[in-house]
Amino acid sequence: MSRQSMAKAHQKIQELSWEPMYHQPVSQYGTDYTFQKAKKKDPLKQVLRSYFPMQEEKDHRVYGASDGAIRGNMFRQVQERWLEWQKLFLSIIPLPEISAARAMPLLFRNVPNPELHNGQAIQMIDEVRHSTIQQNLKRLYMQNYIDPAGFNSSLRDFQNDYCGTIGRQFAEGFITGDAITAASIYLTIVAETAFTNTLFVAMPAEAAANGDYLLPTVFHSVQSDESRHISNGYATLLMALSDENNHQLLERDLRYAWWNNHRVVDAAIGTFIEYGTKDRRKDRESYAEMWRRWIYDDYYRSYLVPLEKYGLVIPHDLIEEAWNQIWNKGYVHEVAQFFATGWLANYWRIDPMTDKDFEWFEYKYPGWYDRYGKWWENYNRLSVANGHNPIVFEDVDYQYPHRCWTCMVPCLVREDMVMDEVDGQVRTYCHEACRWTDKVAFRPTYQGRETPNMGQLIGSREWETLYHGWNWADVVSDMGFVRDDGNTLVAQPHLNLDPKKMWTLDHLRRCPPLASPNVLLNEMTPEERTAFHSNYVRGGPAGRYAPAEV
Amino acid sequence: MTSTLERSLPKPTFTDAEAGAKEFPDSNARTFNYYTPQKRKPSHYEDVTVEVQPDPRHYLSQGWLYGFSDGRGGYPLEWTALKAWGSDRPVPVRGPGSGGKGYDWPALGWHEFRDPNEEWELSLYRYNSNVVRQLTQNVEAARQSKAFEQWNRNWINFVERHVGAWMHVDHGLGLYVFANANRRAPTNMHNNAISVNSMHRIRSAQDLALYNLTLSEEIADFDGSAHLATWSDDPAWQGVRRTAEALTAIDDWCEAIFATNVIFEPLIGELFRSHLIQQAAPGNGDFVTPTVVGAEEYDFAERDLRYTKAMFELLTADREFADHNKSILQSWLADWVPRCLLAARTFQPLWSQPDAKPPRFEDGLDRAKTRFSRIVSDLGLTITAEELNK
Ligand SMILES: [Fe+2]
Ligand SMILES: [Fe+2]
Repeated sequence: MSRQSMAKAHQKIQELSWEPMYHQPVSQYGTDYTFQKAKKKDPLKQVLRSYFPMQEEKDHRVYGASDGAIRGNMFRQVQERWLEWQKLFLSIIPLPEISAARAMPLLFRNVPNPELHNGQAIQMIDEVRHSTIQQNLKRLYMQNYIDPAGFNSSLRDFQNDYCGTIGRQFAEGFITGDAITAASIYLTIVAETAFTNTLFVAMPAEAAANGDYLLPTVFHSVQSDESRHISNGYATLLMALSDENNHQLLERDLRYAWWNNHRVVDAAIGTFIEYGTKDRRKDRESYAEMWRRWIYDDYYRSYLVPLEKYGLVIPHDLIEEAWNQIWNKGYVHEVAQFFATGWLANYWRIDPMTDKDFEWFEYKYPGWYDRYGKWWENYNRLSVANGHNPIVFEDVDYQYPHRCWTCMVPCLVREDMVMDEVDGQVRTYCHEACRWTDKVAFRPTYQGRETPNMGQLIGSREWETLYHGWNWADVVSDMGFVRDDGNTLVAQPHLNLDPKKMWTLDHLRRCPPLASPNVLLNEMTPEERTAFHSNYVRGGPAGRYAPAEV
Repeated sequence: MTSTLERSLPKPTFTDAEAGAKEFPDSNARTFNYYTPQKRKPSHYEDVTVEVQPDPRHYLSQGWLYGFSDGRGGYPLEWTALKAWGSDRPVPVRGPGSGGKGYDWPALGWHEFRDPNEEWELSLYRYNSNVVRQLTQNVEAARQSKAFEQWNRNWINFVERHVGAWMHVDHGLGLYVFANANRRAPTNMHNNAISVNSMHRIRSAQDLALYNLTLSEEIADFDGSAHLATWSDDPAWQGVRRTAEALTAIDDWCEAIFATNVIFEPLIGELFRSHLIQQAAPGNGDFVTPTVVGAEEYDFAERDLRYTKAMFELLTADREFADHNKSILQSWLADWVPRCLLAARTFQPLWSQPDAKPPRFEDGLDRAKTRFSRIVSDLGLTITAEELNK
């Protein structure tokens, strides 16, 4: 279609929306925000007559590339270190995608501008596309990559695993609770606008450097839909801003959504990019450098700050704090170390770091070796079963962390850990911002204002609770992370596929039982808890126990 | 002096990480093992669809993490009154030392549903692209051959008003019945099929709108905005409009799909498209409108009705709740059939408007009813002649 006829076509389809005369469409999702009805323009400007062929053409390219990759034996040069982490990433990501599709109707009744609904419906089907195209990529990996374990059990794994549970917030946060908090602020304003660049642009670049050019093909195709979704979100945000009553809620939701996305996405993607790569060129950007560019400059400085003049209260402090976490407090390194500590509870293999990796880390993050080097040397030493237990049970000066009740990532930056009694339970939080999210934000009142539509944090949020007192062999069997010989684990702390070098349920059976930090914490007396807390916050970095008090 | 900076590039390495390079546990386990395929081998569609939307009754050991203000998370089964086997079993309670395992997969009969159209990304874009390409070509060919010049005044009025007004039905149902319902079903198989249905309707709405635009450019006194007044003021349309709006007001997602695809579409949609437009157009020298309307007819008859039947057949044959489901579906029939028949009758004046008349309204309605009765009995439900002829 020519540009002129496109414009006319778009103009014409504006005639489609109508106001009901006899029955109002059902209202199923509440919000505490208020919206004024005002004539709006459809920000998406998408006509299906050109949309469908455009997407089909994109599909042709993606599937053409897939065929080419297989014919060209791409898997002879992919790095296993990289592809193993894709077992985690690709188990998580189809759910957030499909949840974004499901989230769109939350906006229908709450944003009373029918012109916007057309764009939301197109986003819905885009998201169906993203979900299935990603499932398809995973299927292709399962069929063609040397080790299908963990891909073949992907969705069961993801749903049972604590890492999957952390990632699930990035999906469930879109579809429940206050409709605007979920489908607009958390999903479009923060997750899509801020974090999809690291997900869908930074990560593919790293994949390519590790011999995998299919992931970039698929994810760039996904990302090419994203700018349309960002326009959807922006239109809704401007409407929300036009009502003063919403400012307080916007401030709350931006704080929660920003901090939660930082905790979850930076943990996962940071680990993939820094610890899942074999590309140690000094001039390749580190995750911190990418973050500074994509998130701090492009999102924070160029997108959020200009909205201040419309009355948006921006969480400057939390944005600076997220950077502080990444740059000064080693957030990504702490997370990667924790994943590797707990390798036995997962469903992918984690390659030890080598001298070459150490050198790169030290160059990019000065001081890295002093903090983490020793521990990774131990990880390497303990990676092949040789009469010892997995590293988590060995004496390597690593204190198993408590979990954050809110973001469910453990409280790894030890000094930031906060403890509080909420809903009759003593809980630990990785940071004050997470405590605030649970105790203050997700409540039916906020700063004295009624917020009856705000959602709740629910579920068994500490994974270890479920298996308190269990033998590890039973834990892993219960989750289903066992290979088809019925004994070898899916997860391994190395990449050696020689069956004699692989860990099995037999190795786990002789380990000490699993103990839930939160169950133990709640069994303590208040005095013991205070002592525990003041000791915990003196620990770290790199999980070290607090030095003995003198 | 010149210096060449060496470009920094990652170096490819031979890793031999392809399937079959080594033998070890799981080295040949190359199918998804977390669900049971419907047939012997998993289909491509199943692989990209099943279990993407989780269920705490079988996996999802930590349960849903975020809830609405009433504490309910995920996809509550109570969002429809219909039940699939297993629905009355409680969600496994997890707590200290409980372990994570739920019921064996599938914990609920809902997970047995498969979209017979096997819609996913690849199929949905291919199908809809073909439709829009074909339609664009048809309309363009008609434009070039000056086919619209043969239309008489009465037929021009008919198309600008009545063919035009149907776009509003499509648009409203596409957004507020189908897109809305894509949040509500307990499995990904349901919700994806429903979202594809939604896009069919929204596409059809746009097909009609853009066709209307072409006609206003091609036919001197074609009123491109007449459809708006027809939709809001023409008494013959108010029964249809009232019913369509009522469909968007349904809370129960199964009822919304059932009332729209099993009752409204056969009794009103097909009556309008197949027994009015398709029949009247040729006699009035119009060979183009039937291709536009026919695309939508095909969407419904060959695809949307097909998944709808598969979805409800499973429920009326459910090993635990067949009777429960049938009695609720019967009550929905009792509620919606009279409303749709009333709307169909209000539509009758349209049949006398073209110069060359289509077959009689009563004959068209009879045929629509016959087809509808067959759909109903295929689902294991009953509708009496008396109910149909009230
Ligand atoms: Fe997406
Ligand atoms: Fe946290």
